Amino acid sequence: MKTNIILAGVGGQGILTIAAVLDTAALDCNLNIKQSEVHGISQRGGAVQSHVRISDKEIFSDLIPQGKADMIISVEPMELLRYLPYLKEGGHLVTDSNPFINIANYPEMDALYTEIKSQPNSILLDAKKIAKDLGNSRATNIVLLGAASALLPLTDESLKKAIQTLFERKGERIVNKNLEAFEKGKEVAAEIVS
Amino acid sequence: MKKLLLGNEALAQGAIDAGISGVYAYPGTPSTEITEYIQRSKTAKELKIHSKWSVNEKTAMEAALGMSYAGKRSMTVMKHVGLNVAADVFMNMSVSGINGGLVVVVADDPSMHSSQNEQDSRYYGKFAMIPILEPSTQQECYEITKYAFELSESLGLPVLIRLVTRLSHSRAGVETGNRTPQKNLKLPSNPTQFQLIPMHARGRYKHLVDIQSDILETSENSYFNEFKKGPNTSIGIIASGITYNYLMENFEGEDCPYPILKVSQYPIPKKPVKQLFNTCKKILVLEDGYPFIEEAISDFLGENRKVIGRLSGDIPRVGELNPDNIANALGFDIIINETIPKVVAGRPPELCVGCGHRDLFDAVNALGKEMGSQQVFGDIGCYALGVLKPYESINTLIDMGASITMAKGAADAGVHPSIAIIGDSTFTHSGMTGLLDAVIENTQITVIISDNSAIAMTGAQDSSASGRLISICKGLGVNEEHLKIITPLHKNLDDNINLIRDEINYKGVSVIISQRPCVQLPKEKKDKLKELKKVTLN
Repeated sequence: MKTNIILAGVGGQGILTIAAVLDTAALDCNLNIKQSEVHGISQRGGAVQSHVRISDKEIFSDLIPQGKADMIISVEPMELLRYLPYLKEGGHLVTDSNPFINIANYPEMDALYTEIKSQPNSILLDAKKIAKDLGNSRATNIVLLGAASALLPLTDESLKKAIQTLFERKGERIVNKNLEAFEKGKEVAAEIVS
Repeated sequence: MKKLLLGNEALAQGAIDAGISGVYAYPGTPSTEITEYIQRSKTAKELKIHSKWSVNEKTAMEAALGMSYAGKRSMTVMKHVGLNVAADVFMNMSVSGINGGLVVVVADDPSMHSSQNEQDSRYYGKFAMIPILEPSTQQECYEITKYAFELSESLGLPVLIRLVTRLSHSRAGVETGNRTPQKNLKLPSNPTQFQLIPMHARGRYKHLVDIQSDILETSENSYFNEFKKGPNTSIGIIASGITYNYLMENFEGEDCPYPILKVSQYPIPKKPVKQLFNTCKKILVLEDGYPFIEEAISDFLGENRKVIGRLSGDIPRVGELNPDNIANALGFDIIINETIPKVVAGRPPELCVGCGHRDLFDAVNALGKEMGSQQVFGDIGCYALGVLKPYESINTLIDMGASITMAKGAADAGVHPSIAIIGDSTFTHSGMTGLLDAVIENTQITVIISDNSAIAMTGAQDSSASGRLISICKGLGVNEEHLKIITPLHKNLDDNINLIRDEINYKGVSVIISQRPCVQLPKEKKDKLKELKKVTLN
């Protein structure tokens, strides 16, 4: 078993929180993990990505080869499309629908959505609104993780345990908000897929 | 249980477990997290391991050498271009040698993710004639660091560990081991070792040359260099550091059919390279950075060439390697199903919303328009983003501190206005001496220190300049009437333009400190700075 995941977003949007949950859960399941991330200048509002690789065998490369990603999870719709060359045939896409517009030539939303919907296995959801309705808009990431969870090689229990571990120091309320966000993301994705 | 660590963090844990008494460093991507890990470590705190940031890489390396002189293990950490700053001590401490183990960690940045060049530090290691270690995995980062201190002490030399961005900033589970106790104070037994006057230096240098064969032997017998046999001898592959992972990725868990020499310790081990030459038709060299090994083992005239790699064009000459460009070199197909859709626009980095540099650039651009000439010499830091749209305020970006000295040279040549923009931490790193040059000749330049009270680009670390800029400038001899403070806020735009215009017109050196804390700073730090500011203004 080997799963290659690309996390995409804009510097400052917090894709590393998703990475941290995946890493922690994978380690807890005694799986091997490699996860590369971007530090430095790009973190200032530029395009950023993280390659997450989970396997029960030895993992060599820290980078996913092109055409080998099982999944791209993005917190921003245009950033999702930037990494399509990495997606393998039949790979899955999960993305938030809300744009992060900090450039003058940001494309028309309709054009972006059309591209995303033309992909066979894409889940496009308003994760930000879901998180907001649950009373914690900062949990957008975790909504997306929940939406992708059915496709992950990790059990829901291990992912929830990882959420608990990572948010523990922020208090019980925040832990519960994130667990709710995870569940809701899962639910919404199941509806979209069916 | 394994710990989930970045390559940088695994290396830092290795250093703590090797019994270091201090780490000396200046932040720089991709090396920063090494020192930060030690700063956060409870064990390091209990053991009183020194980990406070130094003012620059040269002061850092010299302090590390001082700690080694006293018999304790020390480490110094920097990004590749930081080693240029520390090159003076670096080249000379291989001649003096060390007392307590001393490890120099340099993180290179192939593909220039966050740098102005992709220089390969292995050349520096060879230049100084010392051993170089190049881990390929996070686990090796940990183990190689512990080994580096042993090697340093057994040879009496500093040892260089070379990292690359992708290993520095990638996480994996790491198994850690026992910790060696810290060393006691023990001064050098040879009183002339560190006295590099010519008569002593000649002897030390002769010694360094004489032990080169011993150093080669350590790499030829190294646990970290491994020859793996393979049945298909049409190609033999030399894979150094992280490239070994990219190579193996192409065989997806199967054995590689070609013989491989995995290199993680230098000098380049001669015996196994010869073995590869004798048994294989061609040699493919994989290395991240410059063609260091390829150049060394290639035929100079290229008449009898059996070595391929970056120089031959089989591997791209520039940029970092990855599994794909190695697949290409091996003749494997890469199946890419999708291209990037045309609607996707580029998204370069930008200054944060609310950043004080933005308001400074507004003022500088307004003056440029008004005066019909805008020559602004920039420096290294977040404000380098002022090169890009929408500001396009800055004309040059070369190296730490070059803003002030280039502005001076340009002014000497007749450029007016000649403006330097430099950050507070870059100013204390490398700007102060250049300012003294300008003060001595009272050159007509306008130096703007954009003071956000942090080393912002690398994660808002404490700046050595905080609370000290005024006294430093006065001490260097800047005329107090032309030493000004402004607050870069939109509401102050007109006042700031007027003040900067007056200083540009002054026929001498003026320094304007444009002061507003980095928006990335946590609130408690900003409050502390407010207090500090009241004190300095009084």
